[in-house]
Amino acid sequence: MDEIIEILKSLDYSPLWISLKTGIVATVLSFFLGIFAARKVIRCGPGTKSVIDGILTLPMVLPPTVAGFFLLLLFSLRRPFGRFLYGQFGLRVVQSWLGCILAATVIAFPLMYRNARAAFEQIDVNLVYAARTLGMSETKIFWKVILPTAGPGVVSGTILTFARALGEYGATSMLAGNIPGKTATISQRIAMVIQDGDYLTAGIWTVIVLIIAFGIIFAMNMVTGRKMKNVERW
Amino acid sequence: MELEIRIRKKLNEFTLDLDLQETEGRIGILGASGCGKSMTLKSIAGIVKPDSGKIRIGERVLYDSTGKINLPPQKRRIGYLFQNYALFPTMTVEQNIMAGLSGSRGENRRRAAEMMEKFHVSNLANRYPLHLSGGQQQRVALARLMAYEPEVILLDEPFSAMDSFLKDQLQQQMEEMLKEYRGSMILVSHNRDEIYRFCHRLIVMDQGSVVCEGETKEVFANPRRRAAARLTGCKNYTGLVRRDSHHAYLTDWGMELQTEREIPEGTDSLGYRAHFFVPVWGKRAVNSFPVQVADSAQLPFEKNYYLIPQGKIQPGNPEYICWFAQRSIKHEVEEKGMPDYLGMNERDMLFLQG
Repeated sequence: MDEIIEILKSLDYSPLWISLKTGIVATVLSFFLGIFAARKVIRCGPGTKSVIDGILTLPMVLPPTVAGFFLLLLFSLRRPFGRFLYGQFGLRVVQSWLGCILAATVIAFPLMYRNARAAFEQIDVNLVYAARTLGMSETKIFWKVILPTAGPGVVSGTILTFARALGEYGATSMLAGNIPGKTATISQRIAMVIQDGDYLTAGIWTVIVLIIAFGIIFAMNMVTGRKMKNVERW
Repeated sequence: MELEIRIRKKLNEFTLDLDLQETEGRIGILGASGCGKSMTLKSIAGIVKPDSGKIRIGERVLYDSTGKINLPPQKRRIGYLFQNYALFPTMTVEQNIMAGLSGSRGENRRRAAEMMEKFHVSNLANRYPLHLSGGQQQRVALARLMAYEPEVILLDEPFSAMDSFLKDQLQQQMEEMLKEYRGSMILVSHNRDEIYRFCHRLIVMDQGSVVCEGETKEVFANPRRRAAARLTGCKNYTGLVRRDSHHAYLTDWGMELQTEREIPEGTDSLGYRAHFFVPVWGKRAVNSFPVQVADSAQLPFEKNYYLIPQGKIQPGNPEYICWFAQRSIKHEVEEKGMPDYLGMNERDMLFLQG
C-alpha cells in the first residue's frame, strides 16, 4: 500500500494530460467533421455514397498501423507534403503533439461519422419537409430539428469517438512517437512500462483509464437520458 | 384567391398529369391510395419538383417550368398538415409553434400564445408531442402552420389515422377552427365523407389524372365516370346498352330500363348506390329486377345483402349486387321476408362512361 502511494506521488502525470487533451481535441474535430460528412453523404446517389462511405469508414477497419503508415507517407518530413507543411507553415506533424491529434482523429472519426449518419437516416423525412414549409432555413433545420432528433445517435457517436481517441495507440506511436511530456499518451506509457516489467505502474495507469472512461460514458448517458425522455424510443 | 395548378411528373407506375383552375374556397381531392394525391400536394408545397408545369396563387407564381421559376418551400407561404402531423419531437408545443416564426422572441411568444388559445392547446404549452393524443397533436400542427399565416393550406389525409369515435368530434372541431381562415384549402383524402363535409369543390383523381371535377354535391349526384362513381362510394355497376334517349338494356342485371330522364349519349354503364334500392313484393314494378340472396351481413344499424340477379348465375366469381337495408326497410324485410324484386329510383341512377 505504501508502495502504491509512493508511486502515485512520484508518478509523472504528463501522459494523463496529453491523452485527455488529445482525446478532447480529436473528439471536437471528429464531431464537426463527422456530422458534416454524414450530412453530405446522405444526399449522394447510391453509387457515390458507397464509395465515399467506404473511404470514410476504412480507418476504423484497417489495423491502426496501416493508417499510421499512410499518415507517415503523407506527413514525413522526408516526403513532399510533409516538407511543404513544415517549410511553409512551420507545421510539424511527425514526432509532435499535432501528430497525436491527427492520428487519433483519423482513427476515431469513422465512429462519429457512422453513428451520425445512421441517426440522420432514421429521421422522419416529414419533419424536414414540415420545417421547410414553415419557412425555416436549411441551417436552422439542421441545428434545431435534425441534430436534436438524432440526439442519442450523435451522443453515442461522440462517446465512442472520445473513448477510441483516448485509447489510440498504433497510429499514434508511429506518427507522433513516444516522447515523454510531449507525445507520450497513457496507452503508450502503459506499453512502455510493461516492457520494463513494471506491472505496478501499468496497473495504476490502467485504473486511471478505467475511471476516466467509465466516468465520461456514465455522465453522457445521464445527460442524454434526461433529454430524451420526451422522445419515443422502443 | 385564384389557384392555377398544372403539374406533369413521371412517377413509377404512371404519370401525374393535372390541369386545374380553381377560385378560392375549399377544394377536395378524392382518390384511392397511391393515385398521386400526396404527390400533388408535395408539388404545390415545393417539397418535390414536378417535371414541368406551372403553379400560381393569385398573382404569385410559385413554379413555372418555362420561366425557370421554382420557389423553395420556405418562400411559398403554403401550410402543410402532414398525415402524421410531423411535430418536432424534441420541442415542446410552444417551441413547435414558434419554430418557423421569424420575429423577435417576445413577438413570437405572443403569436404562439395567440395560436395556442385559438386552437385550444394553451394548457399543453410545455408538453412534448409524445405525451399528446392524436387529436391534440393535430391541433398543435394546425396552430403551428396557421401561425405562419399561409395563403393556402394543404391537408393530407387529416383524419385517416383516427378511430371513428374521435373522428366525428375532431372534424367538427376542425370545421370550427377553420371557419375564420380566409385562404384556400386543399384537402386530400380517400374518404368520401370527409371530402363531402369539408369541400365545396371536388376533384376526383385516378392514376395521376383528373377523372371528374366540379361542385362536390354535383359530382356525388352525377360522377359521369365509373372511376369517379366508385370513389364517391357507389358499389353497384352494370353494363348498359342504350336503345334511345329513354330506353336501355342493363346487360349484367338482365332488364330493360325506361326513364323519364334522358340517358346521355355515350353512356355505357349504370351505377346504383347500395343504400338506394327499393324492395318490391308481389307485382313487378317498373325498373326492377328479380334477385336472389347469396349472402348477408348484420351490422349494428343496417343489414347488408349480397345478391345475384335471378337466372344470371354464372360460374366462377360473380360480382354481387350490394343492397344495404336501413331502419324501416330493414324492419320491413324482417317482417315480409326477402323481396321478389329490387327496384331503382330514377333520380338515383348514375349514368356513366368508361
